[in-house]
Amino acid sequence: MAWLDSLSPQTQFVIFTLIKIACAVGALLTMVAYSVLVERKVSAFIQDRVGPNRTAIPWIAAIPVLGPFLVRLGIFQPLADGLKFILKEDFTPAHVRKIYFWLAPAVAMVPAFLTIAVIPFGSTLGNQKMVIADLNVGVLYTFGIVSLAVYGIVLAGYSANSKYPFFGGIRSSAQMISYEITMGMSVIPVFLLSGTLNLSELIVKQSGWHEVLPFVPNWYVFQSPMTFLAFVIFLIAAFAETNRLPFDMPECETELVGGYHTEYSSMKFALFFLGEYAAMIAVSALMVVLFFGGWTLPFFGLDQMAGSVGMGILHIGVFIGKMLFFMVVFIWVRWMIPRFRYDQLMDLGWKRILPVALANIILTAAWLWWRA
Amino acid sequence: MVAGLIKHNMHVKRAQLSWWEKLYLPGLLEGLRITWRHFARTLFKRAVTMQYPEERWVVPPGYRGAPYLVKDQDGATKCVSCQLCEFVCPPKAIKITPPGPAGQIADRSNAEKMPREFEINMLRCIFCGFCQEVCPEEAIFLQKDYSLVGLTRGEMIYDKEKLLALGGVHPGIQKWKHKLEAAKEQEVFPVKQN
Repeated sequence: MAWLDSLSPQTQFVIFTLIKIACAVGALLTMVAYSVLVERKVSAFIQDRVGPNRTAIPWIAAIPVLGPFLVRLGIFQPLADGLKFILKEDFTPAHVRKIYFWLAPAVAMVPAFLTIAVIPFGSTLGNQKMVIADLNVGVLYTFGIVSLAVYGIVLAGYSANSKYPFFGGIRSSAQMISYEITMGMSVIPVFLLSGTLNLSELIVKQSGWHEVLPFVPNWYVFQSPMTFLAFVIFLIAAFAETNRLPFDMPECETELVGGYHTEYSSMKFALFFLGEYAAMIAVSALMVVLFFGGWTLPFFGLDQMAGSVGMGILHIGVFIGKMLFFMVVFIWVRWMIPRFRYDQLMDLGWKRILPVALANIILTAAWLWWRA
Repeated sequence: MVAGLIKHNMHVKRAQLSWWEKLYLPGLLEGLRITWRHFARTLFKRAVTMQYPEERWVVPPGYRGAPYLVKDQDGATKCVSCQLCEFVCPPKAIKITPPGPAGQIADRSNAEKMPREFEINMLRCIFCGFCQEVCPEEAIFLQKDYSLVGLTRGEMIYDKEKLLALGGVHPGIQKWKHKLEAAKEQEVFPVKQN
């Protein structure tokens, strides 16, 4: 490692940032692939089915006990799915507006990946902070980027030049813009309490045990009723923002065929798919950071900056574990409640949740003023 | 007129939701309960899905699967090439080539002839069972095979050897014995009403 130390700090920074980006994107893509598998398996189990249990890689599947178990688990299914997407015909219908049609999948996918940049997914590894960009305005950046995601969907709906995708695009633009406001409003109480917009500092503020309640971590979701309410609102908005059921208006298989990606096939469709799941992961990560203490756990000194590489890796593991919990929540809720009608969705967003979020801000501010 | 229509209109009463129910929480809890019940049942017991190629559906008696030729208890071809099934077959799936005047003689004693070739095009067959019903020799039966696959159309035309091999032996069904029983029943008065 001597040659690394001989480099200038700027060069070191560039090298480590590139490594972090590569690892984060790699992990994200893997998680996308496997969350699709989890989605299929959990959905299957809830519907009394078995889900994917056939795909096998010859040599691995031949291992006595482990092989068949992995095959039944569908571990190799994401590989087959990926291969399928690459080998399928990439069909561009004659009636589409070509430039936007090609642009839309990329625009839909990129924001979800950019969001990951400011998420602290671990404390430290060696002397490197486990966050790609430790911005002071991390949350503002996140909300700025997340709101770009709607352009991909709107562009896709417009470029397809047919009615169902168009409806999907229209609905999503209304839905995502409405719920973005709610989402932004919902987290303000947290920042009023913490006094920082930097996500890394936010995590440090959530270390240790709760001040009043016994055996409750000092995470923002538990810190006060206001922050709990903020979390609930954020969760609801997150469902709308990622187009997940019960708010999957833009896709809406039953009414809109496939919504905005009806006309897409092969890799372009895969990019939308990737974008959707990456957005779910990004929002899960955001929830973990904002409300569930990021990479911290209150016991075994896991809430302090890592002193060794082992602890650093453990922190990343804790973070991913919490994130996976929210992924399962996303998947599970899909089967719990039926979909909202479009007008009900708008009603819920503008008439119920937004006022509650605003009241929550005022309440928190009043409480802080009274306490001071 | 209009009033009458309105009178007979069906109005579905919408249940008035309570404040608690409007929070969606009871709905969420109920959803969680149901999904968990199904999830746990599939996880700890088993899914309702049948793992098709390994596990197969048990065919009930009387099921009409693919028609095959059967042999008698001595392993002899029962078909006598009368061609009734060929004539009755609605989609014309059966094609019988009779032995002709100088053809091979039947391989059982109480039959005059047997077909030189007997082909069933399984792509045409509609599994109606007319051939089984019309056969005077009880030589063709709709059996329990329901998944017939082949890579070419030619492969799906089953010839005599294949049909006989798939059909197997049916010693329990013996036409002449049955005919004799039927003839004996004619002697009894009053005639048995089936």
